Amino acid sequence: MAKQLFNEPSPLETRVVSKNFAIEGSETLDVYLANDGYKAFRKAKEMTPEAIVEEVKTSGLRGRGGAGFPTGLKWSFVPRNSPKPRVIVINADESEPGTCKDRLLMEYDPHQLIEGILIAGLAVDAHKGYLYIRGEYRYLIEKMDRAIDEAYAKGYLGKNIAGTGFEFDLCTHSGAGAYECGEETALLDSLEGKRGVPRMKPPFPAVAGAWALPTLLNNVETFSAVPAIIRDGGAAFAALGTPKNGGTRLVCISGHVNKPGVYELPLGFPMMKAINEVAGGIPGGKKLKAVVPGGSSCPILRAEECDIPMDYDTLAKVGSMLGSGGMVVLDETTDMVRFALRIMKFYAHESCGWCIPCREGTTWLKKILQRFYEGQGRREDISLLGELSKNMLGRTFCALGDAAALPTISIVEKFTEDFEMYLARQEVMV
Amino acid sequence: MTFSPQLEERFAKMLTRYPEGRTRSAVVPMLIYGQDEVGAVTKELIEEIARRCKVTPLQVDEVVGYYSMLHRKPQGKFHVQVCTNISCQLVGGEELYEHAKKKLGLGHKETSPDGLFSLEEVECMGACSWAPAVEINYDFHHFVTPEKLDQLIDGLRKAQ
Repeated sequence: MAKQLFNEPSPLETRVVSKNFAIEGSETLDVYLANDGYKAFRKAKEMTPEAIVEEVKTSGLRGRGGAGFPTGLKWSFVPRNSPKPRVIVINADESEPGTCKDRLLMEYDPHQLIEGILIAGLAVDAHKGYLYIRGEYRYLIEKMDRAIDEAYAKGYLGKNIAGTGFEFDLCTHSGAGAYECGEETALLDSLEGKRGVPRMKPPFPAVAGAWALPTLLNNVETFSAVPAIIRDGGAAFAALGTPKNGGTRLVCISGHVNKPGVYELPLGFPMMKAINEVAGGIPGGKKLKAVVPGGSSCPILRAEECDIPMDYDTLAKVGSMLGSGGMVVLDETTDMVRFALRIMKFYAHESCGWCIPCREGTTWLKKILQRFYEGQGRREDISLLGELSKNMLGRTFCALGDAAALPTISIVEKFTEDFEMYLARQEVMV
Repeated sequence: MTFSPQLEERFAKMLTRYPEGRTRSAVVPMLIYGQDEVGAVTKELIEEIARRCKVTPLQVDEVVGYYSMLHRKPQGKFHVQVCTNISCQLVGGEELYEHAKKKLGLGHKETSPDGLFSLEEVECMGACSWAPAVEINYDFHHFVTPEKLDQLIDGLRKAQ
């Protein structure tokens, strides 16, 4: 019997980071070794650190956590010759609404992640890694602990890794429920045992991160892509995607589709094809209303804006983002006031309160949307929502303020008719 | 205060993981694992963690209110967490939460008098493509319908 996966794979996928998912026992080191495991690490060991970073740059890999920052460039910022030891922090605090991919990478291929971390260790001369996993993912903390124990037992962590003389220690670190800790500097404060509030930048984590040490911080999927890049070459990975948007990524499709799931698609894959063919289209033959392209923080797209390739630059051109790969599909029956309210309830709950524009802004936006939803909306609320949101933009330490404001601005501007409908209904009631 | 041998071992390991003099880093993991065993973040637990991490009790106390999974009062033996965030909302998460409220006779963050169940409406827990999702303690349940939730709850009740 074939292994039961979270969802049926699609023939339209290009499987790179997920290539081992369907293999029986893929979470064990033996199966990993039998499927190209540690070829990349051995190759990287023969390369200079500069050459590793160059290879990652060539691959066009961009951060898969949400910001999409070029990974090779980020690695090059870590001062390899600093008198302070370097550390690696892996962000597994996956909590952007719509995103559920890092779960699969840790569940089905933990050793690929470990190998990616080790290669990063070679690149920046780091010997210690901390895998920060959100508290709700306890079963994954246990799975990763088992994988780490196995790697230690078989000589793939600890001293003299795979007989190469390289030394690296890795451990898991549990979060305890906080969206904000997915933001890299808040995550670092949380790792240090504090409330997860964002730090002022600069200094950037590359220079002064965890415990003020030079820190390389990337998302689980970013590290997981590294073994394939080193093994097959950065150019081969880049060629899978489009220029400046290298490779493939895991796209989490949810909402109103027949076959929701996590699918690995090349960058530049057509969005409508992802919805209609990969995810099997919208149930009941209903029409598409909107798409949240990369997690709840991304400005929403109207149906007519969705005939585009999914890459960072195209999404930026249409005023949105590819974010964390969480693609939420909304059919024509979706009530956008209710949807906007749910988004804002989330951000108001998760705002850490450090910056006033975010703390107060999210709370007021929630109150206004709540009253609209309850049929107490006022005409001037429509412009007030936009105005309030715009006043939050760029006025906070971290991106949470923008993450709350941007989708709200886009929903109010692009779906004003939904708000108008609420007002019209109220008038009828009177 | 002492813990089970397994937890003592885990705590001892945790304290060696971080750079020298940085035992404060173990505070959050120790709080969540400690809470799981003790049942809640008690004053004694805070003081014990502070002692072991070599920080003041206040430095431990101040993080408790920040993290949504930490709680000072005991939750039910089965803590039912229903996600209503966008991906779940679109496919019936809010209706599922309303159903859970009726089924358990509980509201948000309430615990049943017998201490068996508690309920919480939670934010996105990373199950968006398999929504609507429910997590009971640390077990994920995907594509949950009201009928499936009833079965889960009845099954847990019967097993007592």
